[in-house]
Amino acid sequence: MRTRSAKQELNRRGFLRVSFAAAGGLFVSLHLARRFDEAAAQEGVSASQAPPAKNGYPPDAFVNIRPDGKIVIQVNRLEFGQGVQTALPMVLADEMDADWSNVIGELAPAADVYKDPLFGIQIVGGSGSIAHSYQQYRELGAKTRAMLVAAAADRWGTTSDQCRTEASVVHGPGGKSATYAELAGDAARKPVPATVRLKSPTEFRLVGKRIKRLDSRPKCDGSLKFGMDLDLPGMKVAVIAHPPIFGARVKSVNDTEARAIEGVRDVFEIPLVKGSGVAVVADKFWPAKQARSRLKIEWDATGLDRADSSELWTRYKQLSRTPGNVALNQGNEKVLDQVPEQNRILAEYEFPYLPHSPMEPLNTTVRFDGDRAEVWAGSQFQTVDQMAVAEVLGLEPQRVTFHTEMAGGGFGRRAVGDSHVQREAATIAKRLRGTAVKLVWTREDDVQGGYYRPMHFHRVEVGIGPDGFPVAWRHMIVGQSITADTPFANFTTKNGVDSTMTEGTADTHYKIPNLHVSVHHPKVNVPVLWWRSVGHTHTAFVMETLIDELATRAKIDPVAYRRRLLKPEAGKLHRTLELLEKASAGWRTRLPKGHALGVSCHESFGTGVACAVDVSIENKRPKIHRATVAVDCGVAVNPLSVESQFQAGVTFGMSQLMAKGGVTLKNGMVEQRNFDGYTPPYIVDAPIAVDVHIVPSTEAPTGCGEPPVPVISPAVVNALARLTGKRYRSLPLVSI
Amino acid sequence: MATYQLNVNGQRREVTVDPSTPLLWVLREDLKMTGTKFGCGISACGACTVHVGGIATRSCIVPVSHVGDRPIVTIEGIGQDAVGRAVQDAWVEQDVVQCGYCQSGQIMAAVALLKHTPKPTDKNIEESMGGNICRCGTYPRIREAIKSAAAQIK
Repeated sequence: MRTRSAKQELNRRGFLRVSFAAAGGLFVSLHLARRFDEAAAQEGVSASQAPPAKNGYPPDAFVNIRPDGKIVIQVNRLEFGQGVQTALPMVLADEMDADWSNVIGELAPAADVYKDPLFGIQIVGGSGSIAHSYQQYRELGAKTRAMLVAAAADRWGTTSDQCRTEASVVHGPGGKSATYAELAGDAARKPVPATVRLKSPTEFRLVGKRIKRLDSRPKCDGSLKFGMDLDLPGMKVAVIAHPPIFGARVKSVNDTEARAIEGVRDVFEIPLVKGSGVAVVADKFWPAKQARSRLKIEWDATGLDRADSSELWTRYKQLSRTPGNVALNQGNEKVLDQVPEQNRILAEYEFPYLPHSPMEPLNTTVRFDGDRAEVWAGSQFQTVDQMAVAEVLGLEPQRVTFHTEMAGGGFGRRAVGDSHVQREAATIAKRLRGTAVKLVWTREDDVQGGYYRPMHFHRVEVGIGPDGFPVAWRHMIVGQSITADTPFANFTTKNGVDSTMTEGTADTHYKIPNLHVSVHHPKVNVPVLWWRSVGHTHTAFVMETLIDELATRAKIDPVAYRRRLLKPEAGKLHRTLELLEKASAGWRTRLPKGHALGVSCHESFGTGVACAVDVSIENKRPKIHRATVAVDCGVAVNPLSVESQFQAGVTFGMSQLMAKGGVTLKNGMVEQRNFDGYTPPYIVDAPIAVDVHIVPSTEAPTGCGEPPVPVISPAVVNALARLTGKRYRSLPLVSI
Repeated sequence: MATYQLNVNGQRREVTVDPSTPLLWVLREDLKMTGTKFGCGISACGACTVHVGGIATRSCIVPVSHVGDRPIVTIEGIGQDAVGRAVQDAWVEQDVVQCGYCQSGQIMAAVALLKHTPKPTDKNIEESMGGNICRCGTYPRIREAIKSAAAQIK
């Protein structure tokens, strides 16, 4: 998907505009309405005097210096745990030399100006928040600083190069100084510099430092408001009875009992993205949920495919033995057949459907006022969801104000191409015109509602050479395409291969001279979606367990084996393995009896990761006493946050190994309902301690949201294999 | 509908609701105290944990009619308690939170643990915190923060 560098993209479309704010603050915006704004900037026209931009942006500022010295920085992303609400302000504030103790990070609403510079939509995805906005936020910070300095230089009759900045103060010759707040008004009249010098890494004051999150305290005292916590005057709460089979329609509904519940205001059938459901609107959540449970609905599932996990496994297994669409044909596929039988491995893997189940159940609030609407949602796809609401309500997108709410996790579940939750909420709001309505998906809706990481079947044949290293590798993956029938297919799918399913395999960093990767993308009536680290969730598991098996067969140390097999140009993986060896040296070779070492490494989203775990078996489950993780993510903008992402992200990755870590279907219906049937890791399932080591780097930063996830489950089962002698190829890990 | 006198964070609060309404929704929607979170509704995740009569309780499955006069303490009030404040401070100091949605429940569970077991072992922590899900997976820092709070509490 990356066709241009972030810098090129910014140069092409971006420039800065300055205007007075009513409060006398300085706004710096990156704006697309180029012609007007260039003129305005030159003439010193303020935004409030200007006609609204054609596409109707709100005052789309990135920086606001308030008279009280607070510096409010708009974050063009959703914050849902990954720490971007702290990291992007750090980047901007560093170049600006802002006083960090007075910086506030705000989540920006939906607007073109806040779109990802590379993806062209407002998004949290592909671990791109820092990777794509690092340069953008540095330039914004540096340009803001330059304008403040120019204002100070004017005031003192000197030049900018005679001034220096520190902690929101400009210092000039003769001991003169002025705060940013004092200078903001004058700075707003200064032209925006076309180019600006960025700091060299040695000049950083914030980037590269362990900075604590800005949102900790309000998340620890209950005061932080998530989307679910929104309370508006006269607001109603809605829940929907969704069809038990994806796409089914309401045939008949008896709502007599439901309507009898006090507080219930309305019950009606609504169209869904596929099929239809019954919405219940009430004054509060509890009556809505009670009423939903008393609906008597007959469903019409005529003509719908009834997905069934056991049937799908049979079908996928059969498909895996037939030629598919070729993702990679490197060397000669036939070499495999010349390898003697005893030097070949045939491995078949099963991966179930996985729900994301963020802790905050999905929700969206919409108020429709006839000619405009307002939306509040914790969304990873703000501009996409805004368009969807606009479409449902028959409005132009700029008539839909879209507030980005803090979200309690997401992991991909809040980045849905069809915006089904927002469409449902808008459909209800349309009927309730003038009244705000909060649509709540209960946990049952979430677990049973589809949009899962797809089921996958892998069939891999490996031919091993005399030196114990693979000479030939034939790899077939069967699974639904995540991006089929979405606009993303243009970027992800070529020759019938969705690269989000083969990533981590077809682009492996291991030297395999004859490597053949192919796929089947069956159509199944189950909505699927990206799940934190997408294809790497299963491809890393297959690659890293097989490589480990090969190392064991060759009687070579698992780290040494990987280092010999990796291409020399796989610099990040080499560096992380090297660091991993050092960092785990203290414990790796002297494990207590009954414990075993498990190793894995994997690069995803440009970040290299290596992982070593100390595992024993307790109560018939893996007990992870310790995990050591080495990371190469280029410049670590906030090493504390990188450490957190990896410490916790490996536990998220453990979801795949939970005994009840998958969703199954029978006769078209999901068999699990809630956390009793689909069970994410609890504290006992997580590593007791995770130490994270970051490779020092001056390379451009790469993402840290997804890369922790792929490494942990193969590392743990590699350790289990050493303890039990078994190979684990079917997930979830129901038994050991 | 029935009227209940509740003691929430040391204050008397009166609500008129259906007797089956879980305490969670009374707190969130009637008393507008949204720090206590809805996660699953079946007491499987612990996001709704509050103290009722000093005991860590899943408020999503306790009907308001069962509460009686037992004092209720929520995340909004726990900072008034020395142990509660120490735990909150340790959470901030250790930079525990990520998405933060489960952390009200985690903190309430941790305070209950430390009140009964001032110097908890890893095993004690696993037992007491064993029913609280953090989907982000902040468990290693939760452990550290509990130990750090334990060290702070005299």
